Amino acid sequence: MKTSFAITALAGSLLFAGGVVASERTEAYVNTLTELGYPAPEDNELVHIPPTMQDLEDSDTHPEFKRVIRRGYDLFTDTQQLRGENVFNDMNCSSCHLGEGRMPFSAPVWPAAVTLPGFRGKNGHVNNLEERIAGCFTYSMNGKPPEYGSDNMLALAAYHQWLAKGVEMYPDKPIYGRGFPAPDRPEELSYANGEKLYQEQCAVCHDENGVGLQVDGKTVFPAPWGDGSNNWGAGMVRVFTAAGFIKNNMPLGQPLSLSDQEAWDIAYYISNQERPQDPRYTGDIKETLEKYGPTFHKHSLYGQARETDGKVLGDHSNTGEKDFLKPDTVRPRTFE
Amino acid sequence: MKFLPITLLAIGAAALPGWASAASEGDPQKGKEAAGVCVACHQADGTGKNNPNGESWPQLAGLNANYIAKQLQDYKSGQRENATMKPFANMLSEQQIADVAAYYSQLTPGQGQGGDSADEATLARGEMLAQRGDWADYIVSCKSCHGPGNQGAGEVFPGIAGQHAGYIEAQLKAWQEGTRTNDTQDLMGTIARRMSDEDIRAVAAWLSTQPPQSN
Ligand code: HEC
Ligand code: HEC
Ligand code: HEC
Ligand code: HEC
Repeated sequence: MKTSFAITALAGSLLFAGGVVASERTEAYVNTLTELGYPAPEDNELVHIPPTMQDLEDSDTHPEFKRVIRRGYDLFTDTQQLRGENVFNDMNCSSCHLGEGRMPFSAPVWPAAVTLPGFRGKNGHVNNLEERIAGCFTYSMNGKPPEYGSDNMLALAAYHQWLAKGVEMYPDKPIYGRGFPAPDRPEELSYANGEKLYQEQCAVCHDENGVGLQVDGKTVFPAPWGDGSNNWGAGMVRVFTAAGFIKNNMPLGQPLSLSDQEAWDIAYYISNQERPQDPRYTGDIKETLEKYGPTFHKHSLYGQARETDGKVLGDHSNTGEKDFLKPDTVRPRTFE
Repeated sequence: MKFLPITLLAIGAAALPGWASAASEGDPQKGKEAAGVCVACHQADGTGKNNPNGESWPQLAGLNANYIAKQLQDYKSGQRENATMKPFANMLSEQQIADVAAYYSQLTPGQGQGGDSADEATLARGEMLAQRGDWADYIVSCKSCHGPGNQGAGEVFPGIAGQHAGYIEAQLKAWQEGTRTNDTQDLMGTIARRMSDEDIRAVAAWLSTQPPQSN
């Protein structure tokens, strides 16, 4: 049944010693994805499917480097080991970056390694890979990033960089499956329909109250809202990002099973629930909105009155489990 | 959690998915009596048996009580079909279902059988599927639903570590063939249908060698 995908995007085959030929791996993944209904790569797109941990083991990479990449992988998939130190919610990096950060349409993380250092609109300055990783710690993990240059930061960066193996730096082509591509926004979004669909299709895992499920202190199903979830500064609070994530990745194992309208309605419902404060909060929601609305919150419901009860979303000083608002890595860089 | 949105409190019981319907309190002591007819297959200690040349009898010891109760209800109603099990499920009243479920959930599980003869490569493949999945075929890791150590997550996702290999294989094949369809939202069926025969054999073998949940 497998339709064959001609790899035009990859020039030559990248051979991993003892491992799978990169082009074969790419073909297998792209065939699976297109059979599931994801778009096939466009001719001008850069298609990259990162190596797996098995490829790492099979390669002749220096044993000490293997050990550090393994540590990065372990931190990425079990970030809860840093709970209370760097992580103050129930998330692992892989809670949002499915398939160990390797999957197209699930914000694969390797593009950061080949596009940074570069300018980021979110903080208005040039960031490197460590600062990008720090961003997800600050917002998505409601936490405090490991120190720049620390063992854990280096191990995570090494894992990201290694996933990009074989890709040119600063590619000109758009990257296939980067981010969480959002379906077209429907004209109307329905809170009531989103709530109904959430209870029918998502609550079995994420709980009817959005707290997810922990077993023996380990996160099985992460919390889509509430204190255990990402804070108001995280990319996922933008309704289009949530819709793109949900459409392409949920329910787990059944991507693209929801219609565009359904994915948006559920995203809208989730986006209307509370979560810990944005670390960039100035102490006043209106002022915060003025500062970060144009670059960020114009896409979220932060500071808006919820249609069902008029509650102003994000108007609180709850920081969740952490006892600080903003880690000191959140600061401007001026290069002066 | 400080913020429980008020709207959520308004969700009535009618809106709750079927799986949330709580099984009535079971009495393990009464369950033990009712389980007298079950021991021929599931064994006196509830650990079941791997039968290489026939239907394996699943280990029930240590499984979540609500999961067990749901399966017995499903056999009774025909939602889950199996000629061997149906008459025994039919014998049980609603109360007895709750009782045997409570009883088996409290027993200490034993080690799974049927995986010892698998070679190293097969076990490695099985471990990969269970712990990391194989995203080349969009096979999500078993543990992402079946919980840490594949020892179960809540009442919907049963423990599968330490279950008998023959039984695990038979269930995955039943999902592939459409003869088991009682899983919530086709969550298990979707994954099973993406697996090859070798994948099924490998993951069943590896899981059977793993420690079952301890209660
Ligand atoms: C709550 C969900 C969530 C969690 C948890 C999360 N991220 Fe992210 N991550 C995102 C979103 C959303 C984006 C932006 C995707 C986009 O471009 O639309 C992103 C982007 C990234 C990128 C940039 C990818 C690119 O295309 O350039 C990297 C790198 C990254 N995350 C790393 C991490 C790491 C490391 C962790 C764990 C410390 C983590 N993320 C945890 C949601 C999350
Ligand atoms: C079978 C269980 C299951 C179902 C059903 C399910 N999810 Fe998830 N979801 C997960 C798991 C597991 C993760 C984390 C990914 C991982 O660990 O591999 C996740 C991650 C998420 C995340 C990102 C992390 C977070 O908590 O914010 C969101 C958002 C999400 N799911 C929303 C949904 C929505 C909306 C639905 C219903 C359309 C849904 N999920 C259905 C299991 C499920
Ligand atoms: C003649 C052998 C036999 C007897 C006696 C028997 N069972 Fe079973 N049981 C089986 C088999 C075989 C299966 C697996 C059927 C399938 O593939 O669906 C099974 C499955 C089950 C399951 C589902 C387990 C799971 O993990 O999903 C439960 C629960 C169960 N039996 C309970 C009982 C109880 C309680 C009794 C006694 C009242 C009983 N059985 C008597 C053979 C038997
Ligand atoms: C997306 C979630 C999900 C994933 C991933 C998943 N399962 Fe399941 N599985 C389920 C659900 C739900 C059930 C319970 C079905 C029911 O209620 O009858 C189940 C039941 C089972 C059963 C039957 C257990 C019994 O006692 O009868 C087996 C065996 C099983 N799964 C094996 C696996 C294996 C092996 C994998 C990995 C290759 C896997 N599952 C991955 C959701 C999942």
